[in-house]
Amino acid sequence: MSGVNVKNLGIRFGSNAVIEHLDLAVNPGEFLVLLGPSGCGKSTLLHSIAGLIDVAEGSIEIGGNDVTEAEPNERGIGMVFQSYALYPTMTVERNMSFGLRVSGTPKPAIEERVKRAARMLQLEPLLQRKPSQLSGGQRQRVAIGRALVRDANVFLLDEPLSNLDAKLRTELRRELKLLHNSLGATMIYVTHDQVEAMTLATRVVVMRGGKIQQIGAPVAVYERPENLFVAGFLGAPGMNFLKGELTEGDSGAVFTSTAVKVPLDPATFKVDTHRSGRRAVVLGIRPEDIRIHEDGELSGTVQLVEPMGNHRVVWINMNGISLSAVLHDDRDIRTDSTIRYSFDVRRVSCFDEATEQRL
Amino acid sequence: MPRMGTHPSQQRADAGIAVAPRPMRRRARRIDVARVGIYAFLIAAALFFLTPLYIMVVTSLKSMDEIRQGFLFALPEHFTIEPWRAAWSEVCTGVSCDGIRTGFWNSVMIVVPSVIFPILIGAINGYALSFWRTRAADWLFAMLLLGAFIPAQVMIYPLVKVLAAASLFSSLPGIVVIHVIFSMPVMTLLFRNYYASLPQELFKAARIDGGGFWRIFLQLMLPMSTPIMIVGAIMQVTGVWNDYIFGLVFAGRENLPMTVQLNNVINTTTGERLYNVNMAATILTSLVPLLVYFVSGRWFVRGIAAGAVKG
Repeated sequence: MSGVNVKNLGIRFGSNAVIEHLDLAVNPGEFLVLLGPSGCGKSTLLHSIAGLIDVAEGSIEIGGNDVTEAEPNERGIGMVFQSYALYPTMTVERNMSFGLRVSGTPKPAIEERVKRAARMLQLEPLLQRKPSQLSGGQRQRVAIGRALVRDANVFLLDEPLSNLDAKLRTELRRELKLLHNSLGATMIYVTHDQVEAMTLATRVVVMRGGKIQQIGAPVAVYERPENLFVAGFLGAPGMNFLKGELTEGDSGAVFTSTAVKVPLDPATFKVDTHRSGRRAVVLGIRPEDIRIHEDGELSGTVQLVEPMGNHRVVWINMNGISLSAVLHDDRDIRTDSTIRYSFDVRRVSCFDEATEQRL
Repeated sequence: MPRMGTHPSQQRADAGIAVAPRPMRRRARRIDVARVGIYAFLIAAALFFLTPLYIMVVTSLKSMDEIRQGFLFALPEHFTIEPWRAAWSEVCTGVSCDGIRTGFWNSVMIVVPSVIFPILIGAINGYALSFWRTRAADWLFAMLLLGAFIPAQVMIYPLVKVLAAASLFSSLPGIVVIHVIFSMPVMTLLFRNYYASLPQELFKAARIDGGGFWRIFLQLMLPMSTPIMIVGAIMQVTGVWNDYIFGLVFAGRENLPMTVQLNNVINTTTGERLYNVNMAATILTSLVPLLVYFVSGRWFVRGIAAGAVKG
């Protein structure tokens, strides 16, 4: 088990700076997920930790050793790629043992380690097959096995489940989490899939444009997003945003927009709103925090009801603004009917409209 | 995973093509002007290219008396393979009269190393250029390609001087070196484009596994290169076998390739012109490239489609 410490990292492709002044500390044994839209630099960051991309400035430490200039195989890492990247001319067994054969590990030790990894991943019957004779899920298992036999301290996973179909992805996701629990190794996992991030991570790192937007436990990042981008990126359906003004009323802060007026709980804010007076804000509220009930103080018409199996998404037209609400019971809700609802004001997020930062 | 070589799915695809024309045939029964035109053109083109070959074959099987009668297209009345025997082992190529078989073996001696070395060096070049990208990689590649556009004749004299200085002029190693040099642009391009079509992640995975330059090349890339190596081999065998000017200039009297000896046979100015022997010698000389095309046509087309054009 070893941690990873990235300090003041800078990566350039030609004159184009992809990552600048990035700091990231990964704790030993942690499952850290780098989450962000494509092109946000998350894969670049992972590949630089692996030593596959040259670093322009800053340093990378793995397990306390400075590996900024070290070769990929000297870093004590194992890596799994999105495209599996299995060696097509080698059998599963030789795929998994390639690294060990390169490093000159004695044969009995190689056999032992390949067998152990194959047992963990249920690959034993497939050892003599070529990658082209395997299904997608089996291939990705082999790729994980290839990383496992290296006895790495840190595992780097670059969107390992993105090429699999939805059902298989859920299965392998669970297996990966169990594997992490039993190995206790540090894992850094890149994905653009928020469900993977939420389910797998000990901590999530949300990235955009080469910069870290927020680091935190999945629930914390989901419930208290630091800025508008994080708030909008996480959650499906996405957070509802209302533009308006924040003013101080007699009993605390009040949010006012053209469509709605909501008194807010002072506990919502991390900054002192009293002195600032009126300011332009964006109020964010998650669909599950809009409560549909008969004595709700707000009303609107139902635009659309989307059944999702275990829940429904109700789209409400509130004075011209579209809101989504999640409903878990099976009460009768019809399109075009008027319904009453309320916001759970303890759970709203409030962002400054200019800086887009959480207030 | 990228599919290399003959994969079951390809055979399935071939089978699919064989089944597909069935509904087309029904339509072709109606008088289809376009189809008639296409067949007329194809048949005319085939005749145009096959007629010389037909004349060569029938002439090589006639005796000189029969040839003098002047019926160019007639089949031989008295079938004889004597001209072929003469062309192979008796005809005079310049001073010696051992037939063109010496030329054949000379050509084999030239072709074998001139296929192996260019493919190996081209594969290393292409591998280095597409995976171990240095800052100068694109620049180097552009220079190499530029070399392909300079006519070879321009470089003959300087190369004669260079080889003479290295004591390789007029020798077997000398002519092989020449063929290796002139094959470099195309072989590099071929392998570079082939390797560029492989996923970069494959290379990265091998780097993480600790593979160095040579190990990744020999254990990972080379075993995956069979299709493009076959293409390279076809191009080199036909190119080097058909070469005349380099063989004439650089090989030296002892190693003259078959093409040069064939020219000596046909352009002889003394005595009677033995048309039947000339024809047999010509067919014998062109037999190797013809065989290569017949055996490997499928690979050749695939290589052009996959390696040389794409990218």
